[in-house]
Amino acid sequence: MRTQAQPATPPYTPYHPRWYRTHVSTYWWMHRWVYFRFVLRELTSFGVAYFCVMTLLYVRALSRGPEVFQAFQSRLASPLFICMTVVALFLALFHTTTWFSLSAHAMVVRVGGKRLPGVLIVMGNYGAWVVVSAILSWLLLR
Amino acid sequence: MAETIQLEVARYSPEKDSTPSFQKYEVPLRKDWVVLDALNYVKDKQDGSLTFRWSCRMGVCGSCGMMVNGEPKLTCATFLSKYAPGPVRVEPLRYFPIVRDLVVEMSDFMTKFRKVKPWLIRNDDKPLSEGEFLQTPEQLEVYKPFSMCINCTLCYAACPVYGLDPFFIGPAAIALAQRYNMDSRDQGSDERMDILSQHEGIWGCTFVGECTKACPKNVDPAGAIQQYKLAAAMDWFKALLAPKASR
Repeated sequence: MRTQAQPATPPYTPYHPRWYRTHVSTYWWMHRWVYFRFVLRELTSFGVAYFCVMTLLYVRALSRGPEVFQAFQSRLASPLFICMTVVALFLALFHTTTWFSLSAHAMVVRVGGKRLPGVLIVMGNYGAWVVVSAILSWLLLR
Repeated sequence: MAETIQLEVARYSPEKDSTPSFQKYEVPLRKDWVVLDALNYVKDKQDGSLTFRWSCRMGVCGSCGMMVNGEPKLTCATFLSKYAPGPVRVEPLRYFPIVRDLVVEMSDFMTKFRKVKPWLIRNDDKPLSEGEFLQTPEQLEVYKPFSMCINCTLCYAACPVYGLDPFFIGPAAIALAQRYNMDSRDQGSDERMDILSQHEGIWGCTFVGECTKACPKNVDPAGAIQQYKLAAAMDWFKALLAPKASR
């Protein structure tokens, strides 16, 4: 018979007064480096979000004409924005590289019935990054 | 006198204690001894009341999973010498209710295990006279890694999501569902998707990835869950783009 659960007892197993249940601390992620790195990976997504928002603001400024775009660009040249962009760049780089290293778990690519080794998937991601960066550099700097 | 190493073993007696405490034991540090050997030494020679689970002593049954210096390990496959000069802290598997000393209550896992329907589901079963369902080595290779799970639940003890959300179905059960989904003889992936596409299923996982590192059989539950998420997302897109065809 399922007994009524006590408030501190998770309801997923029948309440048993003599089982000892451990409490997970709010700061569980600070006790081990691997968990701390996981939380860092999640938090650094703010860097990616920052660049997404900035891109949208760029497009909006561009759509409002050359004067607005010029004013927007000169505002971004302030030390505060430069600092924020540099910090966001490091956050986005950490986020990207940690996700690349995990991508081999999520992506299964089979060639001729055999699964490609994880290192090739990770290298493929870096390769695609280099190619996209090269195309963008060519478009922007030519 | 032979070299020794100190064990700090978590003790909890439900009749006497309100919280677990640690008891220290000195055991011989032998090169060929694993942590389980040391626990058996304590039970035989020093303290017969020490309670723990074990069976095969060779990394197959999955019974002797415990926390060794904070890491989920099969104690039959974890050498004492790795932790020299010690001490070696042995605790019950994290996030499970403790029944006594190093023994945890696993019925939550067993319930979730059954929930994902870990068996071959057929919609069009054929009579025995027509023979077995044939499978090529390539088809076997697709799901074989996920079939190596020994239900030791080390992955649950490594998963902070399970610790924080006891409703989360968890790594091993989802990997097992994926084992059957990827089996060419199975036709039950839609049934399992209904269960696992809920929040407590695959979407509860935040991809910490520690379940895969803890697995003594290289099952890669984290990979199974991410691949499952991809399949669920593809299903959702298909239903969005062609609602009639996906029915």
